[in-house]
Amino acid sequence: MKLDKERFNAWLNDDPDRLNGMEEMAEIPYPPRERIKEKRQELQERIDAQPVGQISFLSRKFWQRVYSVFAVICCAVMTVVLLSTVAELPRFGEYRDTINELTERYIVSGLKETGAVNIVAGIILDYRAFDTLGESFVLFCALNCVLILLRIDSSDDVRHHELYFNLAHDDILRKSALFSIPIVFVYGIYVLLNGHLSPGGGFSGGAVIGAGIILLSIAYGERASGALISEKVFKTVCCCALAFYGVAKSYSFFTGANHLHSIIKPGTPGEILSGGLILPLNIAVGMVVACTIYGMYRMFKKGRF
Amino acid sequence: MDFICNFPFFSIVLCLLSAVVCSVLSGKAARRLTLCVEFVLVCLALTLLVYTVRTGESFNYTMGHVGAPWGNELRIGVLEALMASAFMIVLFASVLGGGTYIVRDITEKKRNLYYILLNLMGAALSALVYTNDIFTGYVFLEILTLTSGGILMIKSTGKTTLAATRYLIINLLGSGLFLLGVILMYDLTGHLLMEFMHGTVSELEATGEYAMPLRVTTGLICAGLSIKSGLFPFHRWMPDTYGNATPTSASLLSGVVSKGYIFLLIKILYRVIGTDSPAVGAAQNVLFVFGLCGIIMGSVSALRQESVNRMIAYSSAAQIGYIFVGIGLGGHMGFCAAIFHILTHAVTKPLLFLSAAKLTEASGGSPVFSNLTGAARRAPFSAFMFTVGALSMVGFPAFAGFISKLFFSVAAVTHSSAQSVVTLCVLAVSTLLNAFYFFRTVIRIYTPSEDVSPLVYKDWGFMVSSSLFLILNLVFGLWSQSIYRIIVSGLRMLA
Repeated sequence: MKLDKERFNAWLNDDPDRLNGMEEMAEIPYPPRERIKEKRQELQERIDAQPVGQISFLSRKFWQRVYSVFAVICCAVMTVVLLSTVAELPRFGEYRDTINELTERYIVSGLKETGAVNIVAGIILDYRAFDTLGESFVLFCALNCVLILLRIDSSDDVRHHELYFNLAHDDILRKSALFSIPIVFVYGIYVLLNGHLSPGGGFSGGAVIGAGIILLSIAYGERASGALISEKVFKTVCCCALAFYGVAKSYSFFTGANHLHSIIKPGTPGEILSGGLILPLNIAVGMVVACTIYGMYRMFKKGRF
Repeated sequence: MDFICNFPFFSIVLCLLSAVVCSVLSGKAARRLTLCVEFVLVCLALTLLVYTVRTGESFNYTMGHVGAPWGNELRIGVLEALMASAFMIVLFASVLGGGTYIVRDITEKKRNLYYILLNLMGAALSALVYTNDIFTGYVFLEILTLTSGGILMIKSTGKTTLAATRYLIINLLGSGLFLLGVILMYDLTGHLLMEFMHGTVSELEATGEYAMPLRVTTGLICAGLSIKSGLFPFHRWMPDTYGNATPTSASLLSGVVSKGYIFLLIKILYRVIGTDSPAVGAAQNVLFVFGLCGIIMGSVSALRQESVNRMIAYSSAAQIGYIFVGIGLGGHMGFCAAIFHILTHAVTKPLLFLSAAKLTEASGGSPVFSNLTGAARRAPFSAFMFTVGALSMVGFPAFAGFISKLFFSVAAVTHSSAQSVVTLCVLAVSTLLNAFYFFRTVIRIYTPSEDVSPLVYKDWGFMVSSSLFLILNLVFGLWSQSIYRIIVSGLRMLA
């Protein structure tokens, strides 16, 4: 009992936990925020020490002020213009033939044409599937940009990552994660699989699953999450899901545009195996999103898997 | 429907899939795959061009089993096919010609990421050109923005990262404005496919309803896309980005990416709002003024630069100004001149960037002018190609640049008096400035110097790609009449 109290006090005081994982904690003299402050001061001193060139200090300051005044004026004008535009837009709920043509069709015959009870899923993965294909490639593209920026390739260039806020051995986090992680995963999978039946779908379900993996990695260390998603698994899942998405949707685009017979049927609306391609596509999108979120987390945290 | 009608769809999907495949390949294999895919894209686009010119009409391609106005659509006319062919050729040739610099600037483990981004860029460009749906346009515009940021910062020096950050900030501002415009337009018209939007817009204009929101929407779309393409006064990111990036990235950014945005703008002006609308007229006047300022400021700044890369970059700012002057003049001839100049600039700027990179490499790696003295002795072929590019940019007869300047003057002359006089004066002044800063560089590289240690290796990729650019320049310059006819019929189909 006494031991627990000690540990609790130590936890309150931000001391590294004495019983768990002492060996992994690096000695860091003072918190990162103060170091950043010091660094900033150093930089400012270096800037101040630089000789001022042709532009005199006074005129530069003057121009900066002109810029800020100009920026404020621009923002004010933009605000006024946009607000007055919004005030003149068609009122919400107003009925006009032309404006409501699209929505009417989606609501009236969306269920019959796509087989999805969730109209939104029907729109984004069937009527406007090409846009969603683009969106998932936006994610892929963003992931690649993060890899370019943050991935560390050579082994001698390992970043000294911050251990100061390492929570991997925090008891409270571990215990609560133990209970919440299964729920998070099950919920994510539920949202993913029921995307065509209820609100949710690939993007939201994938985000939930990705967050679950991140929680796992924070609470139990990267070895635990690494067992779930290694670099190889990450690459395979991401590529297979995207390639499946591309190929499956291409098939449906191709048959649709050429008026060929398609083997994909909407099925009985309301059943779990219905909605044609929507369910598999949701799963593919969910995998891509989960991998992307976790991959970005890893890149920001450590620079590699 | 003919099988050829599937080609635009094939080219987009092919790029997307090869991007996915590239992520598991090594850098070298990814390069081969990318070059093959891009070559196939060139062939597909050229076939489409021939097909549309023969049939003489445009066609719509439904993306999915639900037709218009409920689903996504592609639309291909002569102009779209022409633009796609030009963009794909430039993409292919820039990747082919800049191979040695990709190896030099990018670490081996990140090279396949570069090719992923290039593939995605190809997909985004084709989709931007072919799309008939304004929101699809936005999605692929976003991919284009991200990929161009990525191919900038992959060099991973402090300067490129800083430049990419500035580039992204300006570009996201433009994307944001464009997205606002798209949202407002959807709210006003209730459609996302271009012809249906146009139907509602012309109805609204006839009844005079929602005149103010329409005007603001037009303004937002024009502002967003022109900021993204680097119109004055939003051109200050250009010298840093183009000056520091890998030559392939620089030539792609200046040659095709900014042109993609401009072509989307032209398409929206023609197909969504309609060029005879008063809202477009107002926006055109603004674009005209900024275009003129861009020409002058770009040329003057180019004159003051001390390195060849930054000079070419500022020259790009001036060329973007030309294109917007064409759009601003409007009318049949103005748009024609703008589109012709898009083509001219797309086949000339990459040539200049690539050959300048070769000259720099031969002179020890620093692009500062004083270092380049006598570079023609060290790299004669690149110096020749640089001279060709410079001549074309200045507007020497027989090259593409001459014809586009001619078109601009014709567009100016056929226009109202005040605008025509101003345009002609600016054209004259800027041609002089162009000639001054380009010939200064050409004379410098041909000035004899003692330090002669020629480049030892033969770069076949560069030779092939620069010859391709040279041939295209000559084709546009000498057979301009047929190109002109294609553009005219394309513009007619667009409306």
